Amino acid sequence: MSDRDVPFQLDVNGAVVTVEGHPMARLLDVLRTQLHLTGTKEGCGEGECGACSVLLDGRLVNSCLVPLAHAAGARIVTIEGLASGEQLHAVQRAFIEHGGAQCGICTPGMVMAAADLLQRNPEPTLDDIRTGLAGNLCRCTGYMRIFEAVVAAMRQGAAT
Amino acid sequence: MRPPPAIGRAVPRREGVAKVTGRARYIDDLTLPGMLHGVTVRSPVARGIIRGIHYGDGVPWDEITVVTAADIPGRNIVSLLVDDQPYLAAERINHAEEPVLLLAHHDKGLLEEARRLIRLEIEPLQPVFTVDDALAARTVIWGDDNIFKSYTVRRGDVDDAFANAPVVVEGEYETGAQEQLYIEPNGMLAVADPSDGVSVWGSMQCPYYIHKALAALFALPIERIRVVQMETGGGFGGKEEYPSIIAGHAALLAWKSGRPVKMIYDRAEDMAATTKRHPSRTRHRTAVSGDGRLLAMDIDFTIDGGAYCTLSPVVLSRGTIHASGPYFCPNIRINGRAVATNVPPHGAFRGFGAPQSIFALERHMDRVAAAIGLAPDELRRRNFIRPGQLSAVGQVMHDPVDMDAILARALELSGYHEKRARFAAENDAGRTRKGIGFATFMHGAGFTGSGEDHLASIVSVEGTAEGSVCVLAASTEIGQGTNTIFSQIAADALGVSVDDVEIAQPDTSMVPNSGPTVASRTCMVVGKLLEAACRNLRSALTEAGYLASEDDDFTTACRNYVRERGALRASAQYQPREGARWDDDRYEGDAYGSYAWAAYVAEVTVDLATYEVRVDDFVAVQEVGRVIHPVLATGQIEGGVAQAIGWALCEDVVWREGRMANSQMTNYIIPTAADIPPIRVYFEEVPYEGGPGGAKGIGELPMDGPAPAVANAIANATGVDVRRIPLTPEALAQLIEVARV
Amino acid sequence: MRTWLAGYEMRSAETLDSALAMLSAAPGEWRPFAGGTDLMVLMEAGQLPARRFVDLWKLHELRGIQVSDDTVTIGALSTYTDLLEHPVLAAEFPLVCTAARETGAVAIQNRGTIGGNVANASPAADLPPALLVYDAELELASTRGRRRLEYDRFHTGYKKMDLAGDELIVSVSLPRTGPFSKASYRKVGTRRAQAISKICFAAGARLRPDGAIGDVRIAFGSVAPTVVRARAAEGALRGRRPDQQALAAARDALAVDIAPIDDIRSTASYRLKVAGNLLEEFFS
Repeated sequence: MSDRDVPFQLDVNGAVVTVEGHPMARLLDVLRTQLHLTGTKEGCGEGECGACSVLLDGRLVNSCLVPLAHAAGARIVTIEGLASGEQLHAVQRAFIEHGGAQCGICTPGMVMAAADLLQRNPEPTLDDIRTGLAGNLCRCTGYMRIFEAVVAAMRQGAAT
Repeated sequence: MRPPPAIGRAVPRREGVAKVTGRARYIDDLTLPGMLHGVTVRSPVARGIIRGIHYGDGVPWDEITVVTAADIPGRNIVSLLVDDQPYLAAERINHAEEPVLLLAHHDKGLLEEARRLIRLEIEPLQPVFTVDDALAARTVIWGDDNIFKSYTVRRGDVDDAFANAPVVVEGEYETGAQEQLYIEPNGMLAVADPSDGVSVWGSMQCPYYIHKALAALFALPIERIRVVQMETGGGFGGKEEYPSIIAGHAALLAWKSGRPVKMIYDRAEDMAATTKRHPSRTRHRTAVSGDGRLLAMDIDFTIDGGAYCTLSPVVLSRGTIHASGPYFCPNIRINGRAVATNVPPHGAFRGFGAPQSIFALERHMDRVAAAIGLAPDELRRRNFIRPGQLSAVGQVMHDPVDMDAILARALELSGYHEKRARFAAENDAGRTRKGIGFATFMHGAGFTGSGEDHLASIVSVEGTAEGSVCVLAASTEIGQGTNTIFSQIAADALGVSVDDVEIAQPDTSMVPNSGPTVASRTCMVVGKLLEAACRNLRSALTEAGYLASEDDDFTTACRNYVRERGALRASAQYQPREGARWDDDRYEGDAYGSYAWAAYVAEVTVDLATYEVRVDDFVAVQEVGRVIHPVLATGQIEGGVAQAIGWALCEDVVWREGRMANSQMTNYIIPTAADIPPIRVYFEEVPYEGGPGGAKGIGELPMDGPAPAVANAIANATGVDVRRIPLTPEALAQLIEVARV
Repeated sequence: MRTWLAGYEMRSAETLDSALAMLSAAPGEWRPFAGGTDLMVLMEAGQLPARRFVDLWKLHELRGIQVSDDTVTIGALSTYTDLLEHPVLAAEFPLVCTAARETGAVAIQNRGTIGGNVANASPAADLPPALLVYDAELELASTRGRRRLEYDRFHTGYKKMDLAGDELIVSVSLPRTGPFSKASYRKVGTRRAQAISKICFAAGARLRPDGAIGDVRIAFGSVAPTVVRARAAEGALRGRRPDQQALAAARDALAVDIAPIDDIRSTASYRLKVAGNLLEEFFS
């Protein structure tokens, strides 16, 4: 906190919150440290790994690259907001069933990217899936179970 | 009525829901009241003498906790194999990024500014950066001769065999450093109080390694140290020994400040400062008969250990033992050496020396085949080790291994012969060249030789009042599925449902020392102990009269016992394998309890305009004893293949003055979802009685085969003689141009 | 995150005029901040190039893609996603869409802007070669007024550009001059996605009925201090049929047009070799 901190209003997972912070503070840090939404992870701090992916006004973004000033007035959805209460999103269910998560650190970002992909393209080809997830690095799985999970989620009509 | 067996089924992953919802708690998700953040100030130069430390203006230094070597209560030594590495450099710098100072403050941004404002005054000394310079020892930077360790393996009479050899093929092969790049960086949170003790929570593979290291660092009795593993975002060996250092650093700051201290590395620091895979150079000299039988193998295997010893002797050991591969040869000499250079110490990374020596061997075997006009697969078939024959270190191979069948299956599944012929016919025209290549290999699981005897691991199980069971082991879940596998093993051993098995969080105040989560031992060695502990638990109930027969319900018996008698607990401790013998001095004997056997095939397309290599298809066939969980096992192979393809083609550590110059994810390249081929995984099962349900260890196996398979495929596609990885497009362009001249 | 934000300031401008007023009031002190995909990376590395930033994100005057009969005018704050989703760009300026699709990956494409990409002036940027092939023009604004500049003349040296300290890029315009007979964009990155280019190639050619090259534009990224038009190579090709001799002459001429270096990602010799290969590949 410093004298440069300013209040900003954000809509996070459907709840409007006011946070005070530096306009250049990373949305990632605001989510994790001020809002205690620790599901979004930091893997690289340089917009390469996608572990910090969230939806900003319906678009997938790396929250480590979004300044707080740009999140103001925006609708943000994090991994915590993907499930409907206890009802998991089809992508989440598919990841569990098909082994899409191993160590799990890339998983929140990967799940957000997969959900975003299926929302934009309800019937992606394998190439579309590779492209849609290319900004989310996984070191454990070799991506194969993740592809399988996305295809399974697609078949369950995830884009709803 | 017993539930259906869990082993062999794809039961839901233990912590699956937590991971897909973001609820799983990694160390950076934890905060404690009054917590400070900690950072490390590191040397920018590779070698020198610290002459001064200057604190610049711009931050309130009186608010910042500063720790130097002088603040260390116990020994300024990172306990591992050899006492050579300090926690904090006091006078001498031996590698770039060597830690000198620690800082703590509650404001992370201010702390980074403080770190920036410190200037270390270092008088430079002549550094050693290459293996050849290390061996020449004109400048000695470690011990008497820059050599951490050497081994010699001898079988038969190599020199005599060469004297009479019809054909001799020589070759030199090199592999580069590789960064583990777990997506969660290293992190620790420490609480320390001189009157109480030290507790750390964090990302780790081996709680008891840290436990031991902290006791020495703080000169505290072991009972006053507590280490707890949090959900860990990948390890691959990079969190085997390294975490003792970051844990010690966080704890030193906590000790001095009197506050909890959390230290999380950012990616650049993690990449530049922590351990990487040992670079290697292997020289092969092979005598072979005209009809393709290996007569003699003379192998020189050298690895670069960096500035301190860490685990280099053990990496060297495994690489040396695997250097002659799954073949029988009557005359073998393997000289292994690990040398010191002034780069950040190299350390554990999946495969642990074997990927390096196997890359060299499998490239070399293709060249040997070409030299005598044999097809690569035919040369292998004529030399595969057969049951009853002796390995390089003199181990009788009891495994009923049938490498012919494994190779045949891999070649068939990949369409190897048809494609090889087709590519040869079609490759002349066009802007691309296709190729297909394979590697055959084995990987020994568990600690080498008498290592498991020395570890003497223990696993305990406890019954609860609800009739369920809690597994107490130090083995960590780091993504490979430890928790799920253990629940399957325990469930079957006790006759309960997996839902009735809980796995305790690895906390040294609660779980016994089951040894480190490394060496592909967790399922095979620790899982077998778990099986035994569960049997002991059933026996305890039987002896106490609560279980009359095998069919009696464990759950009821357990519930009754705990209610009526109190605590119910059983343990099992590792016993030396019967009949196994290992000579540590002569480096001979039964190196491993079991080996997994494999053949991997890679199909590639080389773009002659850009020299990029695309792997189009990958087939991985392996014999693994028993597949405990099909999805988890497949995931292990797929993940290892992807990591090894990265090592072969695009993961290049760029060194400048002994520092990693490309220490960001934008410049250290691992494969994305767009880069990875379809990876097709097939298992065979020949049960190993030393493993739970017959399982062998498989965690590291998939790291061994892909690089030589891809290299052989590229050689097949282009005709170039691949000797080094990573085979970047730049390197391939030069090889192709040289071949053209 | 290696920047102590206490020493930095960012103010969000509500209108273009107010942003320009800030830039002119304290020349050189304020740096524009667009999507943040470059500047936030620098911030995290502790390497921000300035202390005070004017945030342009709210400026509707810099958004939108307008299509007139003879021009497509792209607002400077258009994101890569805006570009690749635009039907007229996809139909008439496909190399721009290909370049946008090759930049980073989805999450970067949703935030990075064309104005930011141009003004950041990385020699490895992906859009610029496509913009050169399409004869892009920039509109620049300051409190002193507006001016237009051929994009070809914008970059004057490594990270140097014809952009005054009080000027902002308002838009990038592409003249609708009709299709090339052949057009191609190819990025050779460090991997297939989420990569910085090692060499980046864009070309468009108009062929005469007899098969000779009437007009050709060839542009490269990552092989010089700025994005470059390979004019010597173009000259070696113009008016000739793209046969082996012409291509060999063009490849030789390339050595004049480009000046690749060894850097952390690649080597000069690789870049030179591949530049020639890509040129040859375009015409085969």
